[in-house]
Formats: sequence, structure tokens, C-alpha cells
Amino acid sequence: MSVILQVSSLVKRFGALTAVNDVSFSIRQGSCFGLLGPNGAGKTTTIEMMEGIKTPDSGTILYRGEALGQQFRNEAGIMFQTTALQEFITVREIMVQFSRFYPDTYGIDELAERYALGEFLNQDTRKLSGGQKQRLLLAMALINKPKIMFLDEPTTGLDPQSRRNLWKQVQQVKEEGATILLTTHYMEEAYELCDEIAIMDHGRIIAHDAPDALLAAHFDDVVLQIQAADIPREIGEREFQAIYRNDSAHIVTGDVNETIEHLLRFDIPLDHLRIRARNLEDLFLELTGKELRG
Amino acid sequence: MWNRIYALFVARNLEFIRDRSSLAWSVLLPILIIFVFAYAFTEENPEKFKVGIIAGGTLEGAAAEFENTRFVKFIEFDEVEASLLKVERHQIDLLFDPNTNRYWINQTSPNGYIVERLLIAAYADSGEALLQILVEGDEIRYVDWVIPGVIGMNIMWGALFGIGYVIVRYRKFGVLKRLRATPVTAIEFLTAQILSRLWLLIAVNVVIFVAMDFVVDFRMHGSYLNLFLVFTLGSINLICCGLVVAARVSSEEVANGVLNLFSWPMMFLSGVWFSLEGAHPLMQKFALILPLTHVTQAARQIMIDGDGLPQISDHLLVLGLSSAILLIIGARIFQWE
Repeated sequence: MSVILQVSSLVKRFGALTAVNDVSFSIRQGSCFGLLGPNGAGKTTTIEMMEGIKTPDSGTILYRGEALGQQFRNEAGIMFQTTALQEFITVREIMVQFSRFYPDTYGIDELAERYALGEFLNQDTRKLSGGQKQRLLLAMALINKPKIMFLDEPTTGLDPQSRRNLWKQVQQVKEEGATILLTTHYMEEAYELCDEIAIMDHGRIIAHDAPDALLAAHFDDVVLQIQAADIPREIGEREFQAIYRNDSAHIVTGDVNETIEHLLRFDIPLDHLRIRARNLEDLFLELTGKELRG
Repeated sequence: MWNRIYALFVARNLEFIRDRSSLAWSVLLPILIIFVFAYAFTEENPEKFKVGIIAGGTLEGAAAEFENTRFVKFIEFDEVEASLLKVERHQIDLLFDPNTNRYWINQTSPNGYIVERLLIAAYADSGEALLQILVEGDEIRYVDWVIPGVIGMNIMWGALFGIGYVIVRYRKFGVLKRLRATPVTAIEFLTAQILSRLWLLIAVNVVIFVAMDFVVDFRMHGSYLNLFLVFTLGSINLICCGLVVAARVSSEEVANGVLNLFSWPMMFLSGVWFSLEGAHPLMQKFALILPLTHVTQAARQIMIDGDGLPQISDHLLVLGLSSAILLIIGARIFQWE
């Protein structure tokens, strides 16, 4: 697959703070690229430079081999983390307005049907619920039949069902051939949607590959999860180097049999034992030392 | 390009028209002001007695005594011909030339009669003869005089706050950011905002003008087309002022402060409510840099004096040139975020 967007040596400073520090990567046409990182890692600054919203202090961004220009504006679909809409106008009117900005667009009714906007198409934009607004923002980002889409934390604040629905819609867009750049706080979302992910921390990319390849490269062990109440903290931390999170104790091991025997020697009940493979959340924690949603 | 401008223009118009409270204020406020002034001041002019004095050296004797009369404002004029119109229109109560002892009064002016008595009294013991010359002309009611300024003032509020606040609010809440992510350019966005505000200002003020004419039947001696040109150019100029203020600010509080800083001096120093004749020369010079001064003076010249384009060309030139400069500055310094 050819490269659609190429980012080289991107730097952005805000006063003394270097928010993005020498970031380089490329996005293949038709892929979904995930940018992950804790709050303040520089994800949104990076994506906004790629969208042409912010100007980098140095570095280059090339879309189809050229600097961002009119072709990029016509072909990019953008959904910000938060967007205010003009007031006193209806969903249909704002869709009509945006469709006039572009040379080639979907019909309003077609988008309304696809993203279930029909029930509130003639409603004032101020009266939309969170889920309705996200669907509208996604439809607005798609109105110009984009070749590349930027989704900055598109499901933050949505209930699980709305989130799953949005994933389906993003997957559908991807199947239709659009390239997607996504930032998210949800590892499950990144794993579900992304072909490639880059993890950012302190303005730099600290890991970059396909999700499974990253997990394989960093882990050859599994996690035993036991209810925290079943294993006293002093034993857990001393004998098993367990990490206590919420009401669970997490024990990382490369030899499950031996660890279980060890647990039995301390009469630890295993009724609620769960064994799971390492996931992106673990990888993130290991690389950044931070909880993703922290 | 025009398709995008049209889309933004339509959206902004819908926002304005559906925002009932701001629409109501735009129409009702100037009507209320005109009613208040029409009924409060038509019977009683708030100005003191005003006497025009033709310049010609230091006043001595009876002339000096007359000039020392309390509660009479003396305004110096260079020549008789240009000042006579003011006597005809009751803008000054008497014109006196101490060099020739001639004076001009309008027989229909009650104030003129009183000031004439004062003049004659001052010269009673001097032995010098005074020569009375009568002039004719209708009184300009205060409401006739104030209406051009009130419409100009309404345009000023609508232009400065209408465009300034909207752009700052758009920027603050991220509407501009979302528009920036489309093919819309800064010039297209600003053009749409200017056009939308311009036609709304014109529409609202035409309604106010017609309604006020129906109720007050004010003086209109000039061309409606010329008046339309003055108010349109004035609107563009004041919109561009709002544009410059809103070009970078993202806080409504700061915008409010700066817009007030622009608008309040114009309210009081542009000659909307009271004539600037007799004001300190520095203040008169300062008034000339305020666009509302040119709008008000040009509109008054058309409505009251029936002047045509040649007589108001200096005002049009100032408004046109400064609009172009402000527009270029506004577009240059405009920031989406």
C-alpha cells in the first residue's frame, strides 16, 4: 500500500514546553493508524498539525507527496475532540452548509439514513444529546466523501452502546477505502480498529507497529488476575510482585503452572482466578508508567 | 468560492433571525431612543442660547459687554454667508458682526427675540447704532437633527458588537476551528460575515427609518439614494472596525471592553446628540477620526440641507478609504484560533 500521509521530524513548542518533539511516521493508504498516549503526551497537537489547524515549528507534513493544500482540504474529513456548532440552526441546515463547502459530497438524506440522523434532522443543534451530536459530527466529517479521516478521541464520553455503534461506522468507512487516523484513550478501541499504532509520551513516539506485533515484541508472559480480597497484599507483593489495581491483584508470569502451585502453597483460593494474555493497556503501562485514562 | 460564502452567509442570517432576543433589541432599542428624544426635546431645546460672532479682533465696549452675558454661548465664525444658514435653521439664535454692528435674526425664533433684546440692551448706552437684518427659514426640530445620528449610532452598535461578538464567540467555542478544517478560507469567512451583517443592518435600519418617518415625519430634503450610500458605506466601515477588534481576541470579556472603548467615545464625541460647534478645537479634530462623525454629518447634510454627492464627498472618501485599510488589517491579523 502506498503512503498517503508522511510526517517528518515534526516539532511544536508552546513557550518552554516542547509538546511535540521530532515526531516522524507515515500512514499507508486505506489503513487505520492509532495515536495513543496519556493526557499531555502531544497526540492532539500532532493530529492538529496534520490536519493543518496548527502550524509546526519545524518538520514537514506531506499529503500524497505534497504540502497540505486545497486538495487536502477537499479530501480530508475531520472530527475534533470537542466541536461547538453554530446556534439556532438545525441539523439539516448545518449539513447543507457544510456540503456547500466541498466540490463532491454525499446527499444529506443518504448520510441521515446511514448515521440515523433522521429522528433529529430538523432539530436545533443546541438540543442534541451527546450520542446524537457525535453521530452528527461524524456525518459532517464524512460529508465530502473523505479519502483521509482524522478522528480525535471520537468516543470519549459516549455510553458503551454508542461507542460500539461508532466503531461499526468507522469500520464501514475504512472498508470503503478511506484512510483513518485515530487518537483514543481506549485500548480496546485501538485494538479493534487500528492496523498500526504509535504510542506517544512527552511529545515523542516511544513505540510504533501493528498492535499484535507490539505485544509480541514486548511480552512473552500472561497475567493471572485474582480478587484482591483473596490474596493479602503483603504476600502478593512480597512473593508474587503482584500489582493491585481496583479490587484485583495482577500477577505477571511466564510459567503459569509454577505460579499456581506457588499460590496453592499459600492457600490462596483460586475460585476467581482469571488468566489473560497481555494487552495494549499493559503495554502502555509498561512503556509510559502511566494509566492510559489517568 | 461564492458557494462557500453563500453557505456561511445563509447560516449566519438564520442564526441572527432566529435569535429573537437579539433581533428584538436591534429593532426596539433605536425606536425607543428616538421616541424618548422626540418627546423629551422637541418642545425644549437642551442647548443654551447660541450667538454667532463674526471674527475680527478683540471686542471692546458694548460688544465686549454683550459677549460677557451669562448663559449665552458665543461661537466664532469666519464669514457671514456660511453662517446665515444656521440662523435660518435656528441652529444659532442670532449672528452678530461687531465689525459692522450688523446682526441677523430669524423672526420665527423665540430664542432669537430674547437674544436680540440682550444685544440691544448692551448697546443702549453706547451711542452706536445696530442694523437688524431679518432672515427666513424653518426651524429644524431636535428630532430632525438627531435622527441621522441615532440611525448612525444604531448601525455602530449593530456593526461593532454584531460582528465582533459573533466572531469572538465562534473562536472561543471552536466553531472557527471546525470551519478551518474545511476548504473555507479566512477571506471567504470574513466576506460572508461582512455581507450577512451588512444586509441585516440595512434591512433593520430601513424598517426603523420608515417607521420613524411615519411616526415623527422628520425632515428629508436630499436624495434617498445618497443617504442609502452613506449608511451603507458607514455600515461597512463600522463592520470593518468590529472585524479588526475580533481578529484575534478569544475572550468575550476582552472583546466587550475593547468594543466599548471604540463605541462610547463615538456615542458622545461624534455629534450624535449635541452639536460639536463651540466644542474645544482638539475635540472637534478628534471627532473627525471617528467614522460615526462622518456618517452623522453626511446624513445630516443630505437629510437637513439637501446636499448632494459633491458636498459630502469628503465624508465618503474618508469612510471608503478607512474601510479598505481596516479590512486589509482585519484580514491580515485574523486568526482562526
